[in-house]
Amino acid sequence: MNDLLSLSVRQLLTGLNERAFTSEVLTSACLERIHTLDGDLHAFLYPDTEGALAAARKADQRRADWRPGDTPLPPLLGLPIAVKDVLMVEGMPCTCGSKILEGFIAPYTATAVQRLLDAGVIIVGKTNTDEFAMGSSTENSAYGATRNPWNPTHVPGGSSGGSAAAVAARMVPVALGTDTGGSVRQPASFCGVSGIKPTYGRVSRYGLVAYGSSLDSVGVFARSVEDVALVFRHMAGEDPLDATSSDRPVPEYSTEPCADLEGIRIGVPQEYFTEGIQPAVAAAVREAIAQMESLGAEVTQISLSHTRYAVPVYYLLAPAEASANLARFDGVRYGPRETNESLHRLYDQTRGTRFGSEVKRRIMLGTYALSAGYYDAYYAQAQKVRTLIKSDFDAAFQQVDVIAAPVAPTTAFPFGQHSDDPLAMYLEDVFTLPANLAGIPGLAFPVGFDNAGLPIDLQLMAAPFAEQQLFEIARCYQTVTDWHQQQPMR
Amino acid sequence: MKLSRQEVEHIARLARLTLTEAEIVRYQEQLSDILDYAAMLQSVDTSGIAPVTSVLPPKASALRADQPGDTTPLSQLFNNAPDQQDDQFKVPPVMEQDA
Repeated sequence: MNDLLSLSVRQLLTGLNERAFTSEVLTSACLERIHTLDGDLHAFLYPDTEGALAAARKADQRRADWRPGDTPLPPLLGLPIAVKDVLMVEGMPCTCGSKILEGFIAPYTATAVQRLLDAGVIIVGKTNTDEFAMGSSTENSAYGATRNPWNPTHVPGGSSGGSAAAVAARMVPVALGTDTGGSVRQPASFCGVSGIKPTYGRVSRYGLVAYGSSLDSVGVFARSVEDVALVFRHMAGEDPLDATSSDRPVPEYSTEPCADLEGIRIGVPQEYFTEGIQPAVAAAVREAIAQMESLGAEVTQISLSHTRYAVPVYYLLAPAEASANLARFDGVRYGPRETNESLHRLYDQTRGTRFGSEVKRRIMLGTYALSAGYYDAYYAQAQKVRTLIKSDFDAAFQQVDVIAAPVAPTTAFPFGQHSDDPLAMYLEDVFTLPANLAGIPGLAFPVGFDNAGLPIDLQLMAAPFAEQQLFEIARCYQTVTDWHQQQPMR
Repeated sequence: MKLSRQEVEHIARLARLTLTEAEIVRYQEQLSDILDYAAMLQSVDTSGIAPVTSVLPPKASALRADQPGDTTPLSQLFNNAPDQQDDQFKVPPVMEQDA
């Protein structure tokens, strides 16, 4: 039944509603594909075969029992999805890719996930991630890296690399990720799928294990932008359990195909086409922008002059927030404990032994940036420069509706390329970090391939809460292109 | 500017992390590289610029009535505890502090 796995979300929902196939058949097809491919790809940390099949049968029963006049069935009833292993699902393991949460079973469900469960989805399992979402390749997962379905010697991107790879390999039609500095958009680009990083506050973070609280967001991967929008609309909205969730009403996120881009103003920031960029990436992105222009959009050069400061600002602020957020992992309330010798040894050894090297590096960096004598020079200054980065976007959105740019300077890199040089790895994030620092939405979608056959995404950014506009423009592009329909072999 | 070994050990103590000898040496290099790179921020003129504390405007509905609601059952929370006794987390004696 592998052909089912190539259908869009709309086709799947239609098929389920018209009884062309059952959720049990569809979910089984996903699980079979996971069992066939995941020995190589390692996109999943925990597939929930039994639970998913039971939930699918329940969804089928519910659909069979439904009669005209009953309350409408949930809109996504029977649709299988995967969830990144930093979002809690009650009763399932939640390791965050870390040995410090080995064996941890989530005691409650994240709101973003719960809303989708209420909308009828089936959770087939938890996907791999860099430890605590800190990384750009999944090489920082304590349980082993995920491989890129387009070329298994290359990384899938990160930190949500498991979810991106699972969608690209057609193990699931949809997967959830999180994006603190690019962790949805960059793996979307490396795996050639579509992914949304929403406006800060658009989706509740309750039940998401916190990394950088002023930056964290929960997003969606799928093979097309329409599929992303169909699921995203059920996840967004205010949550009394997350005080940072916005009370702005959630629009329908219309998925009507649009005929052209007349009247749309697209800005192209010169700072995103610097000399470090891989020529194939710049060419594919420029070609996609030209195509949007031929669809009627007005394209203008703009400047986001503080872009080069995004890396140092982010790599001071995110680690500072992480050093506080990860203080809770101390071997007292959850996770394994290394020693009972004394309370301080308990803390020091549990954390020192069970956190991986990137997590410890960021905790150290953040602790330093917040420590007495260095706070003003590092943390406070970074917060001020963050204001300048945000002001660049505020000014740009006076001139243009959306900003089009590369997601990452390169396509998926080979394993080990940056393993001894964390700074080089951080510099790869230069084009995704600004949207997180400014709190604006970003949508990545496929626009081409490099000579080695590795996919390339473009990212569109918009003013806060303008997700609808991103979906419409990208949807328009995807109606006249087929990059998003390309699939890795097998 | 290179971080001294003492500085790395001091940060590790603040962050409550045991580091191996190899880690101390490696972090001394790597953290110094990153902080050197971050030093470019010192050259940005931020006089009169307010720091970002939140990218969202404050919302009126952030406060709610203080009413008790349902909570996750304690037993479910203690399932994840490495050591417990009588619905409490069990730790070594806290009065016998070491460094």
